[in-house]
Amino acid sequence: MAGIPHDHYEPTTQGEKWLHRRLPIVGLLYNTIMIPTPKNLNWMWIWGIVLTFCLALQIITGIVLVMHYTPDTTLAFASVEHIMRNVNGGFMLRYIHANGASLFFVAVYAHIFRGLYYGSYKEPREITWIIGILIYVAMMATAFMGYVLPWGQMSFWGATVITGLFGAIPFIGETLQMWLLGGPAVDNYTLTRFFSLHYLLPFVIAALVIVHIWAFHTTGNNNPTGVEVRRTSKEDAAKDTLPFWPYFVIKDLFALGIVLAVFFAVVGFMPNFLGHPDNYIEANPLATPAHIVPEWYFLPFYAILRAFTADVWVVIAADWITGGIVDAKFFGVLAMFGAIIVMALAPWLDTSSIRSGRYRPMFKWWFALLVVDFFVLMWVGSMPAEEPYATISLIASAYWFGYFLVVLPLLGVIEKPLSQPATIEEDFNAHYAPNTGGARPLVNPAE
Amino acid sequence: MLKQLTIAASLALGLSLSGGPVAAAETAHIEDVDFSFEGPFGKFDQNQLQRGLQVYTEICSACHGLQFVPLRSLGDPGGPQLPEDQVRAYAEFWEVWDPELLDGEGDFRTATPTDHFPKSGLSNAPDLSLMAKARAGFHGPYGTGINQFFKGMGGPEYITNILTSYTGEEKEQAGAIFYENTAFPGGWIAMSPPLYGDDVDYADGTSTAQHQIAEDVSAFLMWTAEPKMMARKQAGFVGVLMLIILTALLYLTNKRIWAPVKSSRRGDVPAE
Repeated sequence: MAGIPHDHYEPTTQGEKWLHRRLPIVGLLYNTIMIPTPKNLNWMWIWGIVLTFCLALQIITGIVLVMHYTPDTTLAFASVEHIMRNVNGGFMLRYIHANGASLFFVAVYAHIFRGLYYGSYKEPREITWIIGILIYVAMMATAFMGYVLPWGQMSFWGATVITGLFGAIPFIGETLQMWLLGGPAVDNYTLTRFFSLHYLLPFVIAALVIVHIWAFHTTGNNNPTGVEVRRTSKEDAAKDTLPFWPYFVIKDLFALGIVLAVFFAVVGFMPNFLGHPDNYIEANPLATPAHIVPEWYFLPFYAILRAFTADVWVVIAADWITGGIVDAKFFGVLAMFGAIIVMALAPWLDTSSIRSGRYRPMFKWWFALLVVDFFVLMWVGSMPAEEPYATISLIASAYWFGYFLVVLPLLGVIEKPLSQPATIEEDFNAHYAPNTGGARPLVNPAE
Repeated sequence: MLKQLTIAASLALGLSLSGGPVAAAETAHIEDVDFSFEGPFGKFDQNQLQRGLQVYTEICSACHGLQFVPLRSLGDPGGPQLPEDQVRAYAEFWEVWDPELLDGEGDFRTATPTDHFPKSGLSNAPDLSLMAKARAGFHGPYGTGINQFFKGMGGPEYITNILTSYTGEEKEQAGAIFYENTAFPGGWIAMSPPLYGDDVDYADGTSTAQHQIAEDVSAFLMWTAEPKMMARKQAGFVGVLMLIILTALLYLTNKRIWAPVKSSRRGDVPAE
């Protein structure tokens, strides 16, 4: 890996030399695991490991679940019950897999907001950021299709509503929707293709994860100060960094242990709290549930989808300008996907030369508001589409776009940043060696 | 006494918060029931499950089925746990449809433990196998969405409340009779009141008051919905315990590894 100067793998034994000349795989593993890592990384840098673990957990439990699951509308629901009742440990497998999806999203949201706060998306890590957003989108697709497989009421009606969104796209919508479903409505052909894709996408995600890691191993990790590791010499770099093994592996595993203890408590003691009771009723195309609500991790974007109703002035304007092509339904779909796209564009929308939010006094408040906004959107997304939730979701959606499209570009111009530490070493010593009289940079003591 | 006071207080609170009968009909009030299987260490009461099985068999099964529940599971640990001969004897109580009989024409035959409970006999009576998980008295689109963390999902509570919340009013609509039920969303349910009290004879001398019977069958239906609940809680407990031990060891390891780095003076190259 290019980037930070550090010791490279040198084969010592005859066997290692033999292998290294033909396939430098040990060297690759060595360079990956021993990568110099900024030594001031805080506890928000643990989510990458949690996410990698989630992916492995979902793939392994998923592969075993597939051995007992039947992708057929007449048998799917019963086969899930078969897993719950007759398969050895099947109830644990399924509950771990179902709640594992929630853990995956908890971790990915923490990871994304970490990146947004510390400016991890900024030059030169744009590719890492874009790949990350692609992983997130692939995760949403995988989770959505996975939720359809048990063939409960919410599976069926969720699939009907979400694929209906694609039907809102002008001209090609209906064709696209039929292509997604495999037919005119959600039926067996939908279930089988969702099953196939639900099995395929995690491996696409795994490949994207490798590219994601490759990208940030090339640029080096960001860190809480946003100051780059010194690359002037190996000695300078060594003052700013520590090898990933064992320092960060053990630290991350410790954090993973805490996360998993909470996770196992949820799986063991309240495995259905994050699900919908309706999904324990077998899918019935003739009976619509009273409330069709997506899983909690989709709620913020679901709220944005529903926020732009036909009586909102921007929707009326868009309708009028485009001659009716962009109607309220299509506008909602555009807003939902747009909400993710503006996030992907953050590296180019953020004009500030300072990377970390720690040294941006105004940014901090706008960012905190974004986090609150995210939870508000999640909450209104679970509420019925009526007042006052409609107005709240409209305001919250507007702020989501406002943050990326207005606040980030403007702040870089008007904000006067605090002074940053010159090096990572300085920041680290300010935290851990206060008695040496080192220059203490301006940092928020709460961090 | 204290418990009764609490119930009375929560009832009064519930009534004052529900804002009169009109609002109550829209979001039906579900009263909490104290079940033995609640909480991380809660266990099914085997006697209660057996009583519930009796109630289901004598009353509910007239209309409702349990198509996902194998009869043999009545003998499984963590359930009613009937002895093997009783499971066999119980299975013979049922007739099941066997499509292979009469050279593929199909016919009814006496059930064996490997068969499942029959499906619902009445077309508009829902199957009860998963009812305790498919309903949630304390969890839904209204509210903050975190109620379930404090009160549980409220599935078995919902069933108990439905069985005990008939007002006695009836109305006819489009040729069907509906019965007023304050626990049912909308307030009018198609099921006629199934329990009045003293509907069954319990061999163990337990009270046959209406609420007791309703609780027993709710507990039984929680078991049909989640037959591995006790094994699951145990797995969760062992998992959490092991992870806490592992995490404690990792904490100490982490502290040990980082100690030289964190105490090193400025400018020192950390020991690797």
